[in-house]
Amino acid sequence: MSKFLKSAAVIAAISMISGPAMAEKLGLGRVALPEEIAAWDGEIQPNGIGLPIGSGDALVGEEIFADQCAACHGDFAEGIDNWPKLAGGADTLDRDDPLKTVGSYWPHLSTAFDYIKRSMPYGNAGTLSDDEVYAIVAYILYSNDLIEDDYVLSNETFLDVELPNAKGFIVDNRAEAEYAIWSGEPCMEDCKDDAKVTMRAMVLDVTPEEEKPEVVETAAPVTEAAAEVVEEVAVAAFDPALAEAGKKVFKKCKSCHQLGDGAKNRSGPILTAVVGKAAGAVDGFKYSKPMKAAAGDGLIWTAAELDAFLKKPKAYMKGTKMGFSGLKKEEDRVAIIEYLKSFGE
Amino acid sequence: MSKNNTGNSPSRRAFMRGAAAAGAGALSVGAAKAQTADPLITEIQPWAQELGDGVDAVRYGLPIEYESDVVRRNVEWLTADNISSINFTPIHALDGTITPQGCAFERHHSGAIDLKKDDYRLMINGLVDTPLVLSYADLERFPRENHVYFCECAANTGMEWAGAQLNGAQFTHGMIHNMEYTGVSLRTLLEEAGLDMAGDLKDKWVFVEGADASSNGRSIPMEKALDDVLVAFKANGEALRKEHGYPVRLVVPGWEGNMWVKWIRRIEVMDGPVESREETSKYTDTLENGVSRKWTWAMDAKSVVTSPSPQAPIKHGKGPLVITGLAWTGRGAITRVDVSKDGGKTWETARLAKPGEKMALTRFYLDTDWDGSEMMLQSRAMDDTGYVQPTKAQLREVRGLNSIYHNNCIQTWLVRSNGEAENVEVS
Ligand code: HEC
Ligand code: HEC
Repeated sequence: MSKFLKSAAVIAAISMISGPAMAEKLGLGRVALPEEIAAWDGEIQPNGIGLPIGSGDALVGEEIFADQCAACHGDFAEGIDNWPKLAGGADTLDRDDPLKTVGSYWPHLSTAFDYIKRSMPYGNAGTLSDDEVYAIVAYILYSNDLIEDDYVLSNETFLDVELPNAKGFIVDNRAEAEYAIWSGEPCMEDCKDDAKVTMRAMVLDVTPEEEKPEVVETAAPVTEAAAEVVEEVAVAAFDPALAEAGKKVFKKCKSCHQLGDGAKNRSGPILTAVVGKAAGAVDGFKYSKPMKAAAGDGLIWTAAELDAFLKKPKAYMKGTKMGFSGLKKEEDRVAIIEYLKSFGE
Repeated sequence: MSKNNTGNSPSRRAFMRGAAAAGAGALSVGAAKAQTADPLITEIQPWAQELGDGVDAVRYGLPIEYESDVVRRNVEWLTADNISSINFTPIHALDGTITPQGCAFERHHSGAIDLKKDDYRLMINGLVDTPLVLSYADLERFPRENHVYFCECAANTGMEWAGAQLNGAQFTHGMIHNMEYTGVSLRTLLEEAGLDMAGDLKDKWVFVEGADASSNGRSIPMEKALDDVLVAFKANGEALRKEHGYPVRLVVPGWEGNMWVKWIRRIEVMDGPVESREETSKYTDTLENGVSRKWTWAMDAKSVVTSPSPQAPIKHGKGPLVITGLAWTGRGAITRVDVSKDGGKTWETARLAKPGEKMALTRFYLDTDWDGSEMMLQSRAMDDTGYVQPTKAQLREVRGLNSIYHNNCIQTWLVRSNGEAENVEVS
């Protein structure tokens, strides 16, 4: 690192060529207040700088994890489906398909605290207290067999825990390991005796299909009068084409909600037969206070209520724990409600 | 084309097929002869007779409906949901080098957020003389710069490490876009806050984070921060799109896309790297012996033939054929691209549409005469450091099979005599 050590004059001369030269400060913006800095400056460094005062153990962590994390990351932090696995994979890094988790791969425990505190739970980030984060991190360590369940993780004991792969990283060495061999005048002729196909993507067949334009044209031609009738009926009856469109929109909900046979509560409640049903009524799901209050007041998820809720959940119900910004487009809301209807009303 | 003949696609397709066959059968010298007069020429067409749309028919235009297949696509099985997910630029169907914002790939870690300019705040803190808060309006009062840069996700081509998987340049190489950015240099902003406090800048870093729930914090060494990093608010002349970080994102030329923090809200001068999740758990490269490289920021030289390719087969039979593709390097400028039709046995040097520009996409063409025989098409980029894009075998020899990121290997498309192409690996 030396480029910026050139004299200021040289730098100024260079910057004249490519862009504007800054003579002196412009005096723009304003001074950041200490409480503003405190609100945003939260990162935690490997040496523990930034760790807040607090503590927690795996026993407490297990409960919070079951409640707020297990829907995606599994009861034992082992991960569900395609959601990240947070535990397991010890000694797999030098094997085929290594399993990289907080336990097997991460070099610093500070990263777990830092990331969970800012970005998890997914869809409701930044809501965990410091003690809760200590407890959750302890639970993840416990799930990785790295501490006992009564080990109290705190700002004081934090640095005592060394992760197994702490020494498993080297700084980018491509310059030495690669650039020297892959430089110079390349071969242009007779570069190899033969070139044979050794593997084909078609064999795997994992490429998504070309999305065909909506097959509206295959439907029998409708006269204008017929079209009107269809439209009128659609208001009342179930519209399969619309539901199909709604299925696509449901991709936005899938991370938190399941539907139909075998559906389970995830970070959001099961949505089977939600249309026309009482709000906040799925067994075993822990709703937020405002959702419980609305349920107590007799809120029914009619199409109109759903439409209003889904448009902007947090505006419709202040304090709901549904971490979703909303479906702005009316057509998306109409379609998804139709799709939800296809799972019972 | 009369109005009641709306379901005309089969006949039109048949016509095209006929035309292709005629082309293929014709002598290779001079233009082919038509059998019958073309009604598109001999009959007055509605568009030549009636009036088209008035101005303002669409206040902000999208491509015409016939281009509706030129869109971003995702691969659903890659991620658990489509919020923390990625999609791909349709590079197989684009030409030139600038990527239109509307089809430029997206990668979010907690979804694309809705952030108004009025609600936008940028904090600069840490080892600076005066910690600052800047509004969007403040940013617009600093001296501005314009630069064209590519942004490539480090995971581009990542699914191809262990073998040929996805059948299309969009899927294998589409985590890339190339735009003209307008913004303020990070150096300008850091100097506004003042770096005297930081002392010796040699071992200093900046930590950058976004306003979304993922925050996507990354540490950047001070040397790079003061070199060419841009705090950008316009792309291709207009405001950034929501999905690319509206209203303000970071541009880190030549370095992996994950560092180009979107919705950037804070820049902190620090005395060391944070080693955040995005620079430890992710964006590190595990070698065969289980040791992993970290801080592999620069994107090495890479290229791909965008057409012909699996999603862009040859439809015209033998004869004149334009082979085209893209080349780029995060370590300078592209100086040369070679193309092989026989899986790497012999190479021809392609024509660069323009001399390579620093950390920007370069378009190459090989104007050729196809004899209709099978081809194993490859392209190989070189940059001004003398680096030559490696083969997959060369990469695997050094790194093993367990890497995800930074796969810049030479790509092979098997083009059959019927013009269809497939993603393959060759010996
Ligand atoms: C609705 C699903 C969901 C819930 C609930 C959830 N997460 Fe996550 N978690 C994710 C996703 C998705 C990612 C990856 C995000 C990305 O792509 O950046 C992730 C990433 C992580 C990671 C980083 C994994 C890695 O290998 O890099 C940790 C650690 C984590 N979550 C912890 C938690 C904790 C602790 C909770 C509960 C407080 C929680 N998560 C709740 C979906 C979830
Ligand atoms: C990030 C997770 C998340 C996403 C994404 C999400 N939801 Fe929710 N949803 C929740 C949570 C959590 C609740 C419970 C809210 C509460 O208790 O305040 C909820 C509640 C609901 C309810 C009320 C259910 C009841 O039993 O009363 C409906 C209806 C609903 N969501 C529909 C949707 C639809 C439709 C989408 C997609 C367009 C969606 N949600 C996206 C997490 C999510």
